[in-house]
Amino acid sequence: MPNTQYAIRLEHITKTFGEVTANHDVSLEVRRGEILSLLGENGSGKTTLMNMIAGIYYPDEGEIYVGDEAVDIRSPRDALRLGIGMIHQHFKLVDVFTALENIALCMDPGEKFDLKKVRNRARAICEKYGFALDLDQKVYEMSVSQKQTLEIVKVLFRGADILILDEPTAVLTPQETDKLFAVIRNMKADGKAVVIITHKLHEVLTISDRVAILRRGEYVGDVATKDANEAMLTEMMVGKKVELDIERPEPVNPTRRLSVQHLSVTGPEGGRVLDDVSFDAYGGEILGIAGISGNGQKELLEAIAGLQRSDGGSKIQFFAPGHEDQPTSLIGKTPRDIRDAGIHLSFVPEDRLGMGLVGSMGMTGNMMLKSYGSGHSPIVDRKTPRELAEEVRKELGVVTPGLNTPVSQLSGGNVQKVLVGRELAASPIVLMTAYAVRGLDINTSYTIYHLLNEQKKKGVAVIYVGEDLDVLLELCDRILVLCGGKANGILDARTTTKEEVGLRMTDLQKDKEVRS
Amino acid sequence: MAAQTSHTTEPLVRIARREAAPLSRKIAVRAAAILLALVVDALFIFFVTGLNPINVYVVMWGGTFSTTVRFSWAMRDLATLLCIGIALAPAFKMRFWNIGAEGQVLVGSLATALIMVYFGNSLPTPVLFAAMVVGSLVAGAVWGFVPAWFKARWNTNETLFTLMMNYVATSIVACMTNIMRGQASSLGTLNKATKAGWLPIVLGQRYTINIIVVLVLTFVMFAYMKYSKHGYEIAVVGESENTARYAGINVRHVMVRTMIISGAICGLAGFLIVAGKDQTISTTSAGGNGFTAIIVAWLAKFNTFYMALISFLLVFLERGASEIASAYSLNEYAADIITGIILFFILGSEFFINYRLIWRGHHKEVKGE
Repeated sequence: MPNTQYAIRLEHITKTFGEVTANHDVSLEVRRGEILSLLGENGSGKTTLMNMIAGIYYPDEGEIYVGDEAVDIRSPRDALRLGIGMIHQHFKLVDVFTALENIALCMDPGEKFDLKKVRNRARAICEKYGFALDLDQKVYEMSVSQKQTLEIVKVLFRGADILILDEPTAVLTPQETDKLFAVIRNMKADGKAVVIITHKLHEVLTISDRVAILRRGEYVGDVATKDANEAMLTEMMVGKKVELDIERPEPVNPTRRLSVQHLSVTGPEGGRVLDDVSFDAYGGEILGIAGISGNGQKELLEAIAGLQRSDGGSKIQFFAPGHEDQPTSLIGKTPRDIRDAGIHLSFVPEDRLGMGLVGSMGMTGNMMLKSYGSGHSPIVDRKTPRELAEEVRKELGVVTPGLNTPVSQLSGGNVQKVLVGRELAASPIVLMTAYAVRGLDINTSYTIYHLLNEQKKKGVAVIYVGEDLDVLLELCDRILVLCGGKANGILDARTTTKEEVGLRMTDLQKDKEVRS
Repeated sequence: MAAQTSHTTEPLVRIARREAAPLSRKIAVRAAAILLALVVDALFIFFVTGLNPINVYVVMWGGTFSTTVRFSWAMRDLATLLCIGIALAPAFKMRFWNIGAEGQVLVGSLATALIMVYFGNSLPTPVLFAAMVVGSLVAGAVWGFVPAWFKARWNTNETLFTLMMNYVATSIVACMTNIMRGQASSLGTLNKATKAGWLPIVLGQRYTINIIVVLVLTFVMFAYMKYSKHGYEIAVVGESENTARYAGINVRHVMVRTMIISGAICGLAGFLIVAGKDQTISTTSAGGNGFTAIIVAWLAKFNTFYMALISFLLVFLERGASEIASAYSLNEYAADIITGIILFFILGSEFFINYRLIWRGHHKEVKGE
């Protein structure tokens, strides 16, 4: 293969799904020894484009060149043969195998099965690029970051020299991100071409040599990272100037609305997924909850919402406005009991279509999800929810063909607007949100931040479970850090640092009592 | 080999999902499917059986439409099938795989037959009918309740559970018919002399009551699923149990309640079979309708009016097949192939309504569409 400077080149790639054009006439090249960031909002077609290189999809139009050669990539196997490896957001590992055994699965079918040889080669790869990987550890014992490392080693083991990483930092702490970036730089030094799909601007600026930007499936342009800044990249990504500051009004007259004491939850496998967590939430403030995904955030919110049984000794109390001295216990109450007790508790769950909404129903059907039972008639009232749906559509600017169009057919941002709109319409006293901006574009994310701030100003106690530490630090008043199901300190968001939060996400601290 | 495949051209044909098709397209695709089916069938008939396809089609049509009696038989069969389909609709809408309709119908039939035999001559007619209806409803409801309760309580697999309940029902019916027939060689027609518990002839037709009952059920179930709070709960539970719990719906309660309704209507179908159609009972009283109705419910996506259409199609094809078989003394399988081809094309046409094919080298056309 002649050593041209381009590792891979796309020319006029178009891909459509039904009526939706995911990529339109995209031309792009990646050079050897280069780290390219592929930047774009959710739904801009980044992953689709890379999936075509990795052999998951086949382009409708256009050509792909590896080196100088036009190629047809019809399967991941074809892609690997051409030296292209993709690390997907969802790992493809065998849980009960060790790291080494997973790597051995990548051997050529014709090769003799020789674990020792595999071990030597894998070890050489780890040493060469600086991966910290225990080859004898079982996958189910690994952290997300370790699994990701294993995926990368696997791809390198197969001889990939073009690596595509799809949102690699989404699940990592700041410290783990730094480690990942270090090995990526080592790969670059070795002459490999690396593409990172991302929508996080500061990471783009830290790691990449060049940024290519997609907007609504079209190629906007590329820019050398040294000439780029956040405002400029955002503008290219969104298509117009965006105010990137999140406002944070001072809490006015904070009143305790929710008190959680010694909350523990036992998981389906018997272990404690939530262990002795205590905190208070105040009206007029936003309480952030930080932690690596799966460290008890889901169980915490669900226990409060009445969806999760809590262990004996747990206390969850709600303080209604005007009745601050007579708290109501939420323990043992179902969501319906909570509603019937007149407690305005709104909950925007993480799984929007799997828990918060009914995907096959339209906006109207979803507006009545919590209120359909009111009144004594056996017939459901669709008039009131239809009016509410119309209101939400207008106020939050939900884009939908009609109020009866199944919400699963709407874009992610509009789905979230429907869910948040319904929950806000219930005039909450306590509002819990889990990953409220996950997968949303920048504008919708800022709309959501704005809505949360409005609730805060109204005196609502807002609980915000988030994954983006920058946002948590900018938006929240206090941050509760969860680590392994335990509360690992409550920090003042105005004074703490990202490193401090990141550290507490991974290591349990002795000084748990950092109450503000 | 490896070098070759890396240089092959694009795939010959690819499949892509089609956005909601307009009504005109749906009708056109289905009409084309039927036409194509008739052509393929004609080839089969001509080359395999040597008969004149047109004549065969006429005979097939005659299976349902040649005489009033035939038509009334078809309506009777349709009513039975549709009634069970209606019963299954709420369960399937709730994503509860009720494969036990056959058994639920059987126990309904059995309850009806037992009351006919043991109380037929002692109870006044209105009370007798009331007892038969209630008995069949309760029997079916119990057969629906048991698997639902176990699933709600211990998360047992309802597919296996309801399926196995069929065999239990069959065995009980076998046992009870043996008891009821006493010394006689077979059970024969129940209450033959007195006709006690036989649904009366209305408007000169034997099956009028069956048809009216099912017609009413069609409307009632449609409204129940679409406009009632129960129907809304069923839809939410079917879509996602998590969403249902989040909404404060008592999932176990809805599950058990819906299966009681589903089983009870199956039981009622059993009543219609015994009191309004067969006037006897056997292990084959349900006649496989409990399974065919599963197809009916799914094809109609639980819309009871579509179910009526699909039930009619299935009954029409089945009667047509047996008519062909007897008219030309054909092997029954040959007749089944002829109707099977029609069914295959009609079902297969759904694919072309929901998907489109992209042939190699037809990009521009795709974009223009």
